[in-house]
Amino acid sequence: MIHCVLHDPKDSVAVVVVEGIKAGQTLTGLILDEDRTITLPCTQDIPLGHKVALKDMQIGDTVIKYGIDIGKVVAPIKTGQHAHVHNIKTKRW
Amino acid sequence: MQTSFQGYRRENGRVGVRNHVVILPVDDLSNTASEAVANNVKGTLAIPHPYGRLQFGADLDLHFRTLIGAGSNPNVAAAVVIGIEEGWTKKVVDGIARTGKPVVGFGIELHGDHDTIMRASKAAREYLQWASEKQRDECALSELWVSCKCGESDTTSGCGSNPTVGDAFDKLYAAGCTLVFGETTELTGGEQIVAARCRDDGVRQDFMRVFDRYQEVINRHKTTDLSDSQPTKGNIAGGLTTIEEKALGNIQKIGRKCIVDGVIDKAESPTGPGLWFMDSSSAAAEMVTLCAASGFAVHFFPTGQGNVIGNPILPVIKICANPRTVRTMSEHIDVDTSGLLQREITMDQAGDKLLDMMFRTANGRLTAAEALGHREFVLTRLYESA
Repeated sequence: MIHCVLHDPKDSVAVVVVEGIKAGQTLTGLILDEDRTITLPCTQDIPLGHKVALKDMQIGDTVIKYGIDIGKVVAPIKTGQHAHVHNIKTKRW
Repeated sequence: MQTSFQGYRRENGRVGVRNHVVILPVDDLSNTASEAVANNVKGTLAIPHPYGRLQFGADLDLHFRTLIGAGSNPNVAAAVVIGIEEGWTKKVVDGIARTGKPVVGFGIELHGDHDTIMRASKAAREYLQWASEKQRDECALSELWVSCKCGESDTTSGCGSNPTVGDAFDKLYAAGCTLVFGETTELTGGEQIVAARCRDDGVRQDFMRVFDRYQEVINRHKTTDLSDSQPTKGNIAGGLTTIEEKALGNIQKIGRKCIVDGVIDKAESPTGPGLWFMDSSSAAAEMVTLCAASGFAVHFFPTGQGNVIGNPILPVIKICANPRTVRTMSEHIDVDTSGLLQREITMDQAGDKLLDMMFRTANGRLTAAEALGHREFVLTRLYESA
C-alpha cells in the first residue's frame, strides 16, 4: 500500500493519502515524478491529506514540495512529524 | 480518443451540449417574475441573481457582459429577458440577439408582475416548444469549449484530480479545442510557472499585468495574512498549508504541454482555439459563472474535500482523487481518480477516464451537479453600487 506521495525527489514533505496513519508506523512513499517508492518513519498521527516531514527543518528554512518553495518553517520540524499550519507559513501576503 | 460528439449547432455556428430556454432577470427586482415564468412553463430555467441596480462603469460593463454572455452561451437555445425597466432590458436582449438565437425582453414598469409574467410565459412556451424540436448533430471535438476551475481543494487535488485535468487538457489542446483556466490569486507562488508557459512576451506581459493588479487588490484590503481565506478553512482541514502550496496544485490543471495562448478579461470570449487565461476570482461559483458567460460548454471541476457546485447552463463535471470524499460524497463525484494515489491507474488512464466522461456529458448525460439541481449563478462585482 502507498501511504504517502511526493512529487519531486527534492521535496521535504510528503502527502499522506490513506486514513488512520499512526505514530510509529513505517510509511511507503511514492515519488510521482519518478514512479518509485521510498520508506520513511512516522512519529506522529497524521490525517489523510496532511503532510509528513521527510527531513529535519529549522525556523526560517524553506519547505519544498513539487520541487518548489511552498513557504517557510516557523517552528522546528523533525523527520516523521506532522507538517502543517502550526509549523509552516506562507512567504507571501 | 473519440474525435466527435453530439451537440446542438446554434445560429452563429457555436456548438452547445444542452438545449436550455432560460428566463433571465436583468436585476434583483425581476427574479420573482422570472421564477414565476419558469414555474408556469415547465422545462424552462430561471437564472435568479442578486444584482443589476445602480451599478456603473466597469462594474456595470461586467454585469451586462455576464448576462449577455450567459444568454449567448451555445448551451442556451433561446432566452426570455425580464427587467424592471425597458432600457437595460433592451441592452441585454440586443446583446444576446447578436448570436441570432430567439430572444425577447419584457420591462415590468407600467405593466406590473401579473401582466409581465403572462406575456413572458407565452413567449417562453413558444420558445420551449420550438427548442424541443432541435436535434443533436455530430460535431468535431475541436468545436468543444472546455473550462476548468477547482474548488475545496486539498493536497489530493495537486497530486490526483488536478493533474488528471492537466492530462485531459494536454490532449484537448492537441485536438484544437478552446480551453480556459483562471483564478488569478490562486496562482500566487506559481505565477512564474504560468508566465514561462505563455506563448510569447506579449502574452506574458498581459498575464503578469493582471496578476500584479490582483496582488495589489489583496495587499490593499488585507487585514491579516489571509490565512483564513487563502487557503480556506476547508483547504487547511484537507492538509493544504500555504497559498504557494495551493497554487502549485492548482497549476497542475494546465498540464505539461499546453501553451497559454492569450489572456482575457472576466466574461470575455476567446477569439480562437488554444488555452486562455481569464483574469478571475478564485471563488468557485463566480469563476464558473464567468466561464459560462465566456461561452464555454463543458466544465472540469476537480475537488478534494468535496465542493458541491453546479451552474444553470454549464455542466460541471466533478473529479476527485480523495478516497474519503469519494466514499462520503459519492453523489457529487462524476469521475473518481483516487486510484492514482495507489498506483492502480496511470495519469494517462486518469485523463482518458475524464475525457470519456466529458464525451458522455457532451452527448447528454447529466452531471452529478445537474442531477442534484445545483444551479449556482453568481455575478462578480468589482466595487460598490452608485
